[in-house]
Amino acid sequence: MPKELWKGNEAIAEAAVRAGLEAYFGYPITPQTEILEYLSRRLPELGRAFVQAESELGAINMVYGAACAGVRVMSSSSSPGVSLMMEGLSYIAGTEIPAVLVNVMRGGPGLGNIAPAQADYNQAVRGGGHGDYPRIVLAPASVQEAIDLMALSFDLAEKYRMITMMILDGSVGQMMEPAEMPAMQEVHRKNFEWATNGAMNRERRILSSIYLNPLDEEQTNLRLLRRWQEVQNNEVRYKEYFLDDAEIIVIGFGTAGRVALSAVREARALGIKVGLFRPITVSPFPFEALSQLTGQARAFLVTEMNMGQMLDDVLLAVRGRVPVEFYGRPGGVVPFHDEILDEIQRIHTAPIASPLGTTVHTNPRESWLTRMTQRA
Amino acid sequence: MQKEIIIAGFGGQGVLFGGQVLAYAAMDTGKDVTWIPSYGPEMRGGTANCTVVIADHEIGSPLVKNPPLAIALNLPSFDKYEETLAPGGTLIVNQSMVDRPAKRSDIHAIFVPCNEIAEEIGDKKLMNMVAMGALLSALPEVTLKDVEKALEGHLPARHKHLLPKNYEALKRGFESAQKEWDKVPA
Repeated sequence: MPKELWKGNEAIAEAAVRAGLEAYFGYPITPQTEILEYLSRRLPELGRAFVQAESELGAINMVYGAACAGVRVMSSSSSPGVSLMMEGLSYIAGTEIPAVLVNVMRGGPGLGNIAPAQADYNQAVRGGGHGDYPRIVLAPASVQEAIDLMALSFDLAEKYRMITMMILDGSVGQMMEPAEMPAMQEVHRKNFEWATNGAMNRERRILSSIYLNPLDEEQTNLRLLRRWQEVQNNEVRYKEYFLDDAEIIVIGFGTAGRVALSAVREARALGIKVGLFRPITVSPFPFEALSQLTGQARAFLVTEMNMGQMLDDVLLAVRGRVPVEFYGRPGGVVPFHDEILDEIQRIHTAPIASPLGTTVHTNPRESWLTRMTQRA
Repeated sequence: MQKEIIIAGFGGQGVLFGGQVLAYAAMDTGKDVTWIPSYGPEMRGGTANCTVVIADHEIGSPLVKNPPLAIALNLPSFDKYEETLAPGGTLIVNQSMVDRPAKRSDIHAIFVPCNEIAEEIGDKKLMNMVAMGALLSALPEVTLKDVEKALEGHLPARHKHLLPKNYEALKRGFESAQKEWDKVPA
């Protein structure tokens, strides 16, 4: 199919339709409203279900119900709306059913603003809802990647009976880029062995997140963890740029990652051996791939549009073997590539004996805060 | 090759659509391109802008701090982007809406009376296309023909009758800018 110019949010909506999305429940909120708006026209046109719920709470519980019936279902929202959905997400996780949620993140906390941000990383990756449950989190950096990951989200959610979240910041949602849509898949309701889709001529099934006996709940938790091990072994995805001879490795996801790509290109033109590692699955996080890069890297630079959330996962992967530095712009600010280039140059020119002018054990978040304070 | 362009003006001046036409022209000629709007409350009036990045490789940042090219359709945009334009860059200024000359001498400020030209053609809404034409005088990677084809290919059918006037606006803008370039000492 030829490339078309697609706006991120609309591309996500159409990609979901083409992946066989059968039902959507949501509530408008900037900067993701175009997903809902697009589907409000597109799904009824195809005879599929679209409901603008009374609130995000209503929407996520409608998703819960449709997911129990084995239907390809999703919702989408932006940060404050996703917070409202957390109870429902925990129930969906506890019931072990597939559901897809897109979070087009904006500045926070609280009502915050509608500018692009990545501050919901921890909420998405660590769980957000109560209880102990793993979830898959995908972080596209471009419109094409968002399209490709949309179809994958449903496949992964169904394969592992797990929530798949796609987190992107407002700029990917609002941006237009040339992109290719996949072919239209027919709605094909799979005959899941767990789905509560009418017990005619078969035994009754019950789906629930209630395990009143703690030993049963413990077994459920362990089952979730074993399934998560499979996800970790099979589903890690990332993209590498200029890593072959890189001594400084920048790590960023989503928009922060692609802004870093511009900085890396410019630093390369200045003769600095620097590369970029961009996680696509932030959960499961590419711990092993990053761990291996500690063998070649002199320093890592984590860049995020928050105060250092993925930073903690990078620190876990690196385990103190190589200095890690951080540069973030929280609150809805998108960094310009010049800022990341400055950081690369700062690390590059630091004295060899003490690569970053600090000790390895300095807290990168604190030294970043000091630099931000001095700059202000 | 990579070029970044910021197009700015009041909401309703056709800033976002102008940028989209440029993005279509770049895409149709096989380039990678990003178009990103300021999507805040300015969508409902006030100033609006969009950034278009055109490249022959995977585009990193869709935003740019110091663009080499910009269009300022009104005075607030002129004030803002004259300051941030990269040294040696080109700023297309809608002369119809500003009342001062450029302050910087290390940039090319190309003044084009976009409103007057659009009104001469017979539709003041064509002002953005006049400015786009002027921009192309400083963007050899995209030709007038490319933009004409993009308009033809992507304008909704109900607007197709407007194509000849859009072509004229582009051409008049280009020529008007060309005259300004001719005045620039070699």
